[in-house]
Amino acid sequence: MTADASKNRRKPPLGIVTRPGSSLRNKTGPWGIMRPVFDWEKCTGCNTCESICPEGCIRHLEKKQYEADYEYCKGCGMCAAACPFDAITMEEEHR
Amino acid sequence: MRKMIEGSRAVAEAVGLCRPGVISAYPITPQTHIVEDLSQLVADGKIDAEYVRVESEHSAASVCLGAVAAGSRSYSATTSQGLMLMAEVLYNIAGMRLPLVITGVNRALSAPLSIWNDQQDTMALRDSGWLQLYAENSQEVLDMHIQAYKIAEDDRVLLPVMVCMDGFILTHTYESVDVPTQEEVDAFLPPYDPLYKLDPNDPYTLGAFAGPEMYQEMRFEIQRDALASKEVVKEVARDFQSAFGRWMGDVIDTYMIEDAETIYVGLGTIVGTMKDWIDTRRERGDKIGLVKLRCFRPFPLEELREALSGAKRVVVLEKAVSVGAYGIVAAEIRAALYGQERTPPVHCGITGLGGRDITFATLDEMHERAEAGETEFFAGLRKELLEAS
Repeated sequence: MTADASKNRRKPPLGIVTRPGSSLRNKTGPWGIMRPVFDWEKCTGCNTCESICPEGCIRHLEKKQYEADYEYCKGCGMCAAACPFDAITMEEEHR
Repeated sequence: MRKMIEGSRAVAEAVGLCRPGVISAYPITPQTHIVEDLSQLVADGKIDAEYVRVESEHSAASVCLGAVAAGSRSYSATTSQGLMLMAEVLYNIAGMRLPLVITGVNRALSAPLSIWNDQQDTMALRDSGWLQLYAENSQEVLDMHIQAYKIAEDDRVLLPVMVCMDGFILTHTYESVDVPTQEEVDAFLPPYDPLYKLDPNDPYTLGAFAGPEMYQEMRFEIQRDALASKEVVKEVARDFQSAFGRWMGDVIDTYMIEDAETIYVGLGTIVGTMKDWIDTRRERGDKIGLVKLRCFRPFPLEELREALSGAKRVVVLEKAVSVGAYGIVAAEIRAALYGQERTPPVHCGITGLGGRDITFATLDEMHERAEAGETEFFAGLRKELLEAS
């Protein structure tokens, strides 16, 4: 809580106070250069990719259907490395 | 009320009168009596504060950081190795602009281990963003803590203050001290009214992250406010004098400098010894005066220029050294005088390290060596030890 403005106080020093929710505004996906691409023929829906993703950006849509949120995916490749069925390949991103 | 008390007790009573909400500290010689007295006062219900026991100085500073961020006036004290362990958190406290007050008891740094006094520990944190005040005696150290909260919490400042006091020489010495009443301190120091504080109903983050597009501006603001805090230090000293009738200087104090050809500069308790020594030298006809550097951060550039530029010679007594460079205060005073119309030579005598007594003989030696033109030297060395090594 910040002080009552009616008391004619100074503004808080620059940048010290930051409000929550900044990760909704600051998309971290563009940090990466690779992105996961799924091969639905090989995918068995085992959920390994969803549970191992450090960004929590792989979502299980329905059986054998996953979606990576590329706005937050940094392309670390852990999902591809962990997939027991080699159903995920990392491909170079072009923007 | 006048009391005959230990310097540490004077600090504990002053801190109690400032009504802290949180006290957190880890005991370390020679700071121990301060926090022992405070924990006893809290246990006896005489101070209405939360006393948080911790496992290290890093934790003590972290507790205080959180407490001030949550809107509570807070206090800690440490020395030497404890201050070094706190250092990481101390930079954060300054960067988050939290007006914490701690007592930096002055003690030598390891290795070799020494529990005795010098000022290398607090001097090492001179660039941290903390304001630093150095106390001459028990009365001043008591008064300084009350002033420190008023300076730190001022909207124009919002920076933490370290009150520096010489270990043993001041912490363990009994002196007659005038302890103000709670009513007097309450009238001088209003309750802490934070500009912003942690609140679960209105969440925010303090000091989280700043990229290259912003960090430099934040440091600029710290520097701007730290420099401007000099006027607040002066104002608070004047207000304190009006309220309590005591004056021991603001950013500096002077002793017999009007006709002085040689002006000495000192910080902390050695100032008292130097005044006595000056009295004896003056009886022999030497025109010597003294500038007491009471406030080292912010650095009183203009005040030192005015006080020193009329002298034929300036001699700085330092209980610290920037190893590989120079005496710290002397180097800054040389920089302050550089380019002025009159720039007296500035001599630096490093002495009193690790508790080595500074006697009149030490001061006489410094005087002679400065007169002989030596600019940087250790005074009071035991030459027989060096020759045997």
